[in-house]
Amino acid sequence: MSHAAIDSTGAGHGSLRTYLIGFGLAVVLTVIPFALVMYSDWPTQYIVYGVFAAAVVQILVHLHYFLHLDRSSDQSWNVAAIALTAIAIVVVVGGSLWVMIELHYYMQPHAMLTGPLGLG
Amino acid sequence: MGAGHAHAHDHEQEAVSNSVFGFWIYIMTDCVLFATVFVGYVVLSHNYAGGPTGKELFDLPYAFGETMFLLFSSVTYGFAMLAMYRGNRKQVLAWLAVTFLLGLGFISMELHEFTGMIMEGNGPDRSAFLSGFFTLVGTHGAHVSVGLLWMAVMMGQVMTKGLSTRVQSRLMRLSMFWHFLDVIWIGVFTVVYLMGVLQ
Repeated sequence: MSHAAIDSTGAGHGSLRTYLIGFGLAVVLTVIPFALVMYSDWPTQYIVYGVFAAAVVQILVHLHYFLHLDRSSDQSWNVAAIALTAIAIVVVVGGSLWVMIELHYYMQPHAMLTGPLGLG
Repeated sequence: MGAGHAHAHDHEQEAVSNSVFGFWIYIMTDCVLFATVFVGYVVLSHNYAGGPTGKELFDLPYAFGETMFLLFSSVTYGFAMLAMYRGNRKQVLAWLAVTFLLGLGFISMELHEFTGMIMEGNGPDRSAFLSGFFTLVGTHGAHVSVGLLWMAVMMGQVMTKGLSTRVQSRLMRLSMFWHFLDVIWIGVFTVVYLMGVLQ
């Protein structure tokens, strides 16, 4: 009995098929941003959007196909934990960047009242 | 037998379930740690102090190679888990060994990159940008190194203890850790390497 497979532990587990699908998607979502930066002649702004979009989608692919995060009930606490973490990260990253971009902007001699992000 | 045995099995499952969830909470705190290191890097990423920029330092095909090592290792770890659920000890060991070598390939490439930069005088003391770079990429690399050490220990445990419930529970947690490090790496190659070259 000690060798019995463990199941329904809240960790979830995939199959050969889901791992291969996840791998295929991850390769495509890695090749796209590298190719965009190395070979494309798009305006820089569009390349940045493309690169970040690929990263966000690839993170979701990893969470779904490799970490098996989904909306099933035995995953609900894991999802709640990652949702709270996402809020903390948004506050830390967003807050720090906001403060530092504003600081950088107002340290320059030509600072205007509208502010760099239009937020005053 | 019967009811008593099933009860013991349920109890074991609950213990594994709790430890897996507890480890997930640890990973979430590690996410916040990485978020702070990422934002530190981004804030300092233009402070070159007259030193080299990301565009001059980063080699994208090289970073792509590192990325592929880590991505392949994520999938081979997945195969080790599938073998574990089938109860096939030999295959678990084989896939863990493959994963270990791929992870070692990644960390060797990273160390090679770091030593090359430091030898050329572009170490973490060169500029704030490079301090941020070594802190962020180094923190990830340190995690991967600890993951490799843990994997070596788990290979030893699978060999000596077999696929007991405890060993399976540990393999599950290492699986989460290893996949998590690959997710963090997506952020690293996007924010550091791709954005660095694009500037």
